[in-house]
Amino acid sequence: MDLTTFLQFFINGIVLGAIYVLLAIGLSIIFGMIGIVNLTHGILYMLGAYATVTLAPYIGFFPNLIISPLLVALLGMAVEAAFLRQIYKGDPALGLLFTFGLAMFLEQVVRAAWGPQGIPFQIPDVLRGAIAAGPVIYSKYRYFIGLCSILVITGLWLFLEKTPYGMIIRAGSHDPDMVRVLGISLKPVFTAVFGLGVALAAVSGVLASPLAGVEPAMGTNTGTFAFVVVVIGGLGSFWGSVIAGLMVGEVESFCIFFWPPMADASKFALMIAILLLRPRGLLGRRWERFE
Amino acid sequence: MEKKSISRRRFIKTASAAAAAAGTAQIFAPAILKAQQQPIKIGHLVPLTGFLSPMGDFASKAGKLAIEEINAAGGVLGRKLETIVDDETNPGVGVQKATKMIQQDKVDFLLGTVSSAVALAVMDVAERYQKIFFNTGSNSDQIRGEKCNYYTFCTEASNTQYVKAIGRYLLKNKNYKTFYILTSDYAFGHDLTRVTRRLLNELGGKEIGHDLVPTGTADYSSFLLKVRNAKPEVIFCNVAGSDQTTFLKQYTEFGLKIDVAGGVTDTVLMWNTGKDTAQGVWTVIWWGDLNNEYTKRFVTTYRQKYGQPPENQAWGDYTSIKVLAEAIKMAGTTDSKKVAEALEKVKFDGGKGRELYYRTYDHQLMQPMYVVDIKKTGNKDQWDIFNVVGEVPNKDESLEVIASTKEENTCNMKRG
Repeated sequence: MDLTTFLQFFINGIVLGAIYVLLAIGLSIIFGMIGIVNLTHGILYMLGAYATVTLAPYIGFFPNLIISPLLVALLGMAVEAAFLRQIYKGDPALGLLFTFGLAMFLEQVVRAAWGPQGIPFQIPDVLRGAIAAGPVIYSKYRYFIGLCSILVITGLWLFLEKTPYGMIIRAGSHDPDMVRVLGISLKPVFTAVFGLGVALAAVSGVLASPLAGVEPAMGTNTGTFAFVVVVIGGLGSFWGSVIAGLMVGEVESFCIFFWPPMADASKFALMIAILLLRPRGLLGRRWERFE
Repeated sequence: MEKKSISRRRFIKTASAAAAAAGTAQIFAPAILKAQQQPIKIGHLVPLTGFLSPMGDFASKAGKLAIEEINAAGGVLGRKLETIVDDETNPGVGVQKATKMIQQDKVDFLLGTVSSAVALAVMDVAERYQKIFFNTGSNSDQIRGEKCNYYTFCTEASNTQYVKAIGRYLLKNKNYKTFYILTSDYAFGHDLTRVTRRLLNELGGKEIGHDLVPTGTADYSSFLLKVRNAKPEVIFCNVAGSDQTTFLKQYTEFGLKIDVAGGVTDTVLMWNTGKDTAQGVWTVIWWGDLNNEYTKRFVTTYRQKYGQPPENQAWGDYTSIKVLAEAIKMAGTTDSKKVAEALEKVKFDGGKGRELYYRTYDHQLMQPMYVVDIKKTGNKDQWDIFNVVGEVPNKDESLEVIASTKEENTCNMKRG
């Protein structure tokens, strides 16, 4: 493997990882705040893609980066307010079962509404083709994905760390009771956080829509991989998800170079290795609330 | 359950024989009438989920259309046909569902499957229960080779038929010397690449790279980087189902200037890719623009009913049910053994411009194949996506020239 090849696969790993990061952070934020493992995440990623292919003929591709996640977030918030809210007090397994059922339901709704076949969708004209940076020739659109991910991740981090809303979210995820004592109602916060988390899933769906086949099964595997990333990074940890997402991307990219049939399995092998060495994940903390 | 059903059927047989002999049909008439009114049941397994699901929808809709047409024309042996449709999922579940269909639903025949892995599992069930299984969408040579059995009939072409068809085209029109093969990592892909390597030998081509790709792979970027570094003249794409769509989209994204060819494609996969992004030369089993009566009628009625033209998987399931109905009429019974005998004799027009038949040796349908490339300009609509660039074999040749020879794919079936 020469240097150029190495660089190509390395860059590719980062971009692959970027999509995993976006998915995983959303999942992680929801779990950190609400304590629900959201099994609809892969489906909401798919909904992001479907919203994009549906709206693109009218508004073009780029506005979808904002509009589709907003629509999916609205749906997520409605679900939170109508159903999820009822089960926070109950057994954590209830949340798991509910989101599992909802995922299956939504997949069938998509099948019924858009049909079981895929929908053709292309990369926007300006981003087609490849560009050469020295010896490294790489797809324009993938650079765009990388850029978008960096923007979203930075923006999200600033929001969580530097704004009063972010502070409430962080505080609420550590000690909800104390936040309530301070006179802050967590109900709308929970709804907003759920919306934010699923919006992130939808953003990755929008970015993936020109690359993967947009069809009802597209979310199934992706949702699973997002879990793997969250588990590796540590549930609820922001930077844990970022590092883990990039790691998984790199492992997958290089695994395809050396041993392609193991490309899918490599992610799980990494997860198992990390869990054996550090059961709470790379940057996972202990969560007193959940222990 | 099983035993009870046999004894009931025996009872009816005995009863009808007795009735005829005694000439007192009236007494038994209600029983006979009831037996006749019971529908002939077909267990229809189609992929409704997963990476092969784009084809499943066409298979089930086409099956429904065939049944409706047959029933509207009075059914078969005075009985209606009925299908029980279920998701084939994977080999394990496929076997469970096929078994349940036979034991609980009392189906008379099994039909369907797109996954070769599922077909290989279901054909064992068919043999065990001595029920005909019509393979309408699975290509692996093994199904008509080492695993073949008397009760399995293949309307879907074998990988050998597909690859020999495109092989002829490449031999005549292209002079590729270096190949990079991408293979779906399951029964179908492995088998297809085995057959492709045979073709490479004939073409004098060299395999300069080969990767096994997990099914349902969402990202081909690393594979494409490898292919680009290897600089082959052609990528031979042996991935299946929606993976083909994903591959082609990302191939275009990376702006590769390498030709694409593939042993097998399904029309719906190219529809999903779109004409601007779709690439390459491929083999298809049937295509809706073929110029003959059967095809035109099928395309028109399907389109009227479902608002979209049928693709090749629809053709497979539709045609199989029509042929099955024909064979039941010929046999005069739904007994699988007798129907199988009829199927070995039946010759029919399947919309491919020639008389088609199931070869007695391995129960493979002998049929021409179509080499197609992508129609980029002058398309009538979004579904007008192929140019047929070759029909193989030629009109004056035997259909068997593209089928596997006994040496290539040995089938030792136990008859009956």
